[in-house]
Amino acid sequence: MKLLALDTATEACSVALYVDGEISQRYRLAPREHSHLILQMLDDCLAEAELKLSQLDALAFGRGPGSFMGLRIAAGVVQGISLAQDLPIVPVSTLASIAHIQMQQRGAMRVLAAIDARMAEVYWGAFINNNGLPVLQGQEMVLPPEQVPIPDTEGWSGAGTGWGSYADLLVRRLGDHVSTSQAEVFPSAASIAELAVVGLASGEQGVAAAQAIPVYLRDQVAKKAASR
Amino acid sequence: MIVLGIETSCDETGIALYDSARGLIGHVLHSQVELHAEYGGVVPELASRDHIRYLSPLIQQLLAETGLRLQQLDGIAYTAGPGLIGALMSGAALGRALAWSLGIPALEVHHMEGHLLAPMLEHRPPAFPFIALLVSGGHTLLAEVTGVGEYRLMGQSLDDAAGEAFDKTAKIMGLGYPGGPALAKLAEQGRREVWRFPRPMTDRPGLDFSFSGLKTFALTTLQNLDTSASDYQQQLADVARAFEDAVVDTLVIKSERALREAEAQRLVIAGGVGANLHLREQLAVMVQRHDAELFYPRIEFCTDNGAMIAHVGCLRLLAGETQPLQIAARARWSMEDLRAPEQVEK
Ligand SMILES: Nc1ncnc2c1ncn2[C@@H]1O[C@H](COP(=O)(O)OP(=O)(O)O)[C@@H](O)[C@H]1O
Repeated sequence: MKLLALDTATEACSVALYVDGEISQRYRLAPREHSHLILQMLDDCLAEAELKLSQLDALAFGRGPGSFMGLRIAAGVVQGISLAQDLPIVPVSTLASIAHIQMQQRGAMRVLAAIDARMAEVYWGAFINNNGLPVLQGQEMVLPPEQVPIPDTEGWSGAGTGWGSYADLLVRRLGDHVSTSQAEVFPSAASIAELAVVGLASGEQGVAAAQAIPVYLRDQVAKKAASR
Repeated sequence: MIVLGIETSCDETGIALYDSARGLIGHVLHSQVELHAEYGGVVPELASRDHIRYLSPLIQQLLAETGLRLQQLDGIAYTAGPGLIGALMSGAALGRALAWSLGIPALEVHHMEGHLLAPMLEHRPPAFPFIALLVSGGHTLLAEVTGVGEYRLMGQSLDDAAGEAFDKTAKIMGLGYPGGPALAKLAEQGRREVWRFPRPMTDRPGLDFSFSGLKTFALTTLQNLDTSASDYQQQLADVARAFEDAVVDTLVIKSERALREAEAQRLVIAGGVGANLHLREQLAVMVQRHDAELFYPRIEFCTDNGAMIAHVGCLRLLAGETQPLQIAARARWSMEDLRAPEQVEK
């Protein structure tokens, strides 16, 4: 199995290549430079592995939530590659990627992933560690930090930029349910590649280019003339 | 050379295939006008979301219709600006990645250059040099065009663009959004010279425009109408006619000046307002007086479309122009920064 993954949903810009169990990644924290960097990073990643696009089996991308612009850059790029090479695309949640990284790096068993959504809100998802893989509890959502759902159990680990921007509000809301939190956790293409490969192995099919569109979570982006 | 063109600068997703040998092979368009009408104007975020949803299906539809495969393409051209940055980025990301994946060159195209050269897509294309009157929702300008990338700006709008003036006045008149075409339609029923609107900036030399005063003039005129009068609809049409006559006259007067100043023999109209039949008629009469010729694109290529982007992209790619491995999109991009493509030794 050979899979190429990319993510431009947050401040991080990353690409990764999964080749038969081995993952190589290029990762840069470069806000607002994703459009300049991403294709060269993909090119470098393939060149280093001496692989051609035609040798790939699938693509994966961070489908959101995250920066609207970033999500569309990633979606546009995977759509373009998929059209040219006729490859299936596995859309992967950026919140799941954050939870996955927190589980891998800190052995977290329960993760509350939060991405700063601006406008005094967070993108939010609760994940439980199942053999190293994040399993979503309930739904992903966008909401003010004061309103995030309070888990039934304790021992949760917070991860993602939401835990930096709204640390006080989240701690006040969740109290003892959370034992630790790290704001500097971003989704990564390596994690997205791994989650995509697991998905494909368990029977997921991937989607065609036309279906590889972002999941924004925030859908109320304008007021209609009548309701203004 | 076969080039795929991608246009996503505002509220239309346009895809086209242009062949340097055969001309336009095919084109498809998805308009978002209805989507934005509910909001009374283009909502940039919704526009971007729509583009990323429709781009791939449209490309596949066009390939199916023309029987071509992506592997037969020699280049990809996409609108890189000016326009809404999120909308541009959607087309740019997909277009640039597609070119990279196919191992063919990509080119960033200036949206207004696309409009400017759109009349060359027709059976009787204008030869260089010509004067271009570019009148769209976002721009109003007169330029002397001596070749691809050789544009001398002669005049432009200092405030509202002509299309914008049409749309804003239409809104004041309750004709919805974007109401330019509806206003033009209503004007057909209007009587001449019931009202006389000013012809802004025609009483002094120069080729600049100013259209923002006309909507205020329309508003004041409307406030003087008796809404309960039995012929109120006729009166509204008269106002529409007076407004349209003022815009058309102004554009004709300045175009005539530009022709004279540059001693040119050809006038080209491009941009959405170029679809206005009254404007076409009046310009035709004017150029005849000067023994000059008038050129315009078919109505559907007056407004945004992929064909004009594929066309410009092909001209420049043929000349050997290329683009680095980056996704390029910029909201602002002055036409005066454009250069003629440097001929590459083949
Ligand atoms: N028949 C017409 N008469 C006057 N204005 C028109 C007509 N048809 C279209 N327009 C105007 O053209 C503009 C759209 O043109 P377009 O070239 O797509 O502009 P832009 O790309 O700057 O938005 C709108 O302002 C619209 O109202």
